[in-house]
Amino acid sequence: MNKKLRYLTTYTVLIALLLLLSGINVVSGSISIPAEELFAVLFGGQADSTYAQIILGIRIPRILAAVFLGGALSLSGYLLQTFFANPIAGPFVLGISQGAKLVVALTLILTLRHGQIPGSPALILAAFAGSLISTGFILLISRRTRKMSLLVICGIMIGYICSAVTDFVITFASDSDIVNLHSWSLGSFSGTTMANARFFVPIVTAALLLAFLLSKPISAYLLGEASAASMGVDIPRFRLCLILLSSLLSACVTAFAGPVSFVGIAVPHLIKKLFGTARPLVIIPATFLGGALFCLLCDLIARTLFMPTELSISTVTAFFGAPVVIAIMLGRQKR
Amino acid sequence: MPILSTENLNAGYGRTVILENVNIRLAPGQILTLIGPNGAGKSTLLATIAGRLDPLGGTVFLKNEELSTIPPARTAKTLAVMTTERQDPELMTCREVVSLGRYPYTGRLGITGPRDREIIEETMALTEITDLADRDFTKLSDGQRQRVLLARAICQDPEVLILDEPSSFLDIRHKLELLGILKDLVRRKNIAVLMALHEIDLAQKFSDFVLCVAGGKIDRAGKPDEILTESYIRTLYGMTRGCYLPESGSVELPAPEGSPSVFVIGGGGSGIPVYRALAREGRAFYAGILHESDLDFPVARALATEVVGAEAWESFSEERIEYAKALMETCTGYICTLESFGTMNRGNEELKACAESLGLRDLSADYMRPYSET
Repeated sequence: MNKKLRYLTTYTVLIALLLLLSGINVVSGSISIPAEELFAVLFGGQADSTYAQIILGIRIPRILAAVFLGGALSLSGYLLQTFFANPIAGPFVLGISQGAKLVVALTLILTLRHGQIPGSPALILAAFAGSLISTGFILLISRRTRKMSLLVICGIMIGYICSAVTDFVITFASDSDIVNLHSWSLGSFSGTTMANARFFVPIVTAALLLAFLLSKPISAYLLGEASAASMGVDIPRFRLCLILLSSLLSACVTAFAGPVSFVGIAVPHLIKKLFGTARPLVIIPATFLGGALFCLLCDLIARTLFMPTELSISTVTAFFGAPVVIAIMLGRQKR
Repeated sequence: MPILSTENLNAGYGRTVILENVNIRLAPGQILTLIGPNGAGKSTLLATIAGRLDPLGGTVFLKNEELSTIPPARTAKTLAVMTTERQDPELMTCREVVSLGRYPYTGRLGITGPRDREIIEETMALTEITDLADRDFTKLSDGQRQRVLLARAICQDPEVLILDEPSSFLDIRHKLELLGILKDLVRRKNIAVLMALHEIDLAQKFSDFVLCVAGGKIDRAGKPDEILTESYIRTLYGMTRGCYLPESGSVELPAPEGSPSVFVIGGGGSGIPVYRALAREGRAFYAGILHESDLDFPVARALATEVVGAEAWESFSEERIEYAKALMETCTGYICTLESFGTMNRGNEELKACAESLGLRDLSADYMRPYSET
């Protein structure tokens, strides 16, 4: 019962912080918004003022992006860590985000050349394809080694290769929209529109629900594949579900925000420590919440620290996330 | 009626058959142990029978149903596997690990009900881990860890339990505790057990039946005492040095080579430490005169260049005594581990007198003095 109380309080605190940070994110920025104006826009129906345009057209979509894409990233990391039984697996270190980035960049350049702007579904599909290509390589490598460090090194190399090709393509693309492409390729939640949100919110929500339904086999898988199989888990099907879900989640993030580093590794780890358990039933929703919270905070810092200059989101997430990874590695060394 | 059986089963990885033509019949409440050298295919066979590997021929039957046709979720209610792959699941308590055993019985989200929790607590009591329930699983000792994993498998409420070398890496106390708990559970719940063991001395004592895996097939099968003879163990494992004595379950060094210079007069178990000390030094010796029923006899036979044996329950014959004296004449020293003689071994008293009259050096003190007096 003590445990349940701990879960409940931690959840309450996380949700309260999420609301608080969302509030701060709405009102602060290069133009700060007085509280009464915010309420007027949200509940008074003043949809045509300048404030309303900033709040509804820029800030709220951006908050949705940070919440849903941040949550997606963290959840994707959690699923990959389960899959590879490796605490530092994640979409960024395994090169999955960069694979998605490459295919999205190619798609953007090809379509922009024909004077069109690709829609959200096309971007998601491109990112999904890119994620799956990188994941495929990682799976091939994981068949040949069980060593966690080797797998991660290979992932980082795949990431570098994809980034190199992306940079190459961007350098030689002669389009005026390249400026946009450049900031996107570094990772940013800026420029998210309500139209984008209409795509990623339902996809990410669905993936979260599906992941939650996988809690039971994931818990069995924590004791190893042979154990899970002996308890009746259909291993090939389960592994396929994990890999498709995690690829879809990280593809969604990359399609709209570009590659964002470290959220996928750091957040699941912090959340498990915070809750003091690894029970998937508790940890899956919490990981999502934690990712949302982490990205909201990092985005707030990225936007406001050097106003009006914006930092790329990965700059901030790396600053907080990388020390966590070092702590994980050193912590395991001790055992 | 067997609960688990195989028919002409071929087991292996990919297309490579490692074991051929395996026919096993296992009834409820029986313990069947696989023994054999490393790499003989014990684990492969267990993985195939557990359904982790597809058979490369033949069939596995679980309760007369073909295993490959039963959905995994249903198999898990009948057959449990205690896995020995090393896993370090972080932040899991022992109770959580044990609870996972209820997997086949819980709902979509795996939440345990009151009945499940009852079974979990009961199983933890049976495996003597109740006091570890809230401890972090990764922080346990190897012995505790194996008991928790056994409890997890038992929680599955299986009729067949498969274990792959559950006691390797444990010290002697924990080996006995684990196998003791396993044996009690099997009797109490009438579970059929199929396991691989490294320790032939334990296999001999804990198994109802033994299967010897070697040379790509089941080489022999039967009751442990029929199968585990000294000469068979030697061929099964391809032992080139030393031997295993099934009577005492002891392992002995190879007999020293060279021509013997010492004669050991022993009997009633008093000779064993002296034989072993001589073997350690690599000093060849004769042993005698020993009744074939004597405790010393098997060890002497394993270690001495020659043992002067005698028929059980009879006094030594003149012929045996003369033969022993003849061997003694080729020696330079003797050791007598006996302090007194009875009617049955009167001949040894004569032998001791003979050694003295031959002027052999009495080495008894060198080999029988306690360490504190040296």
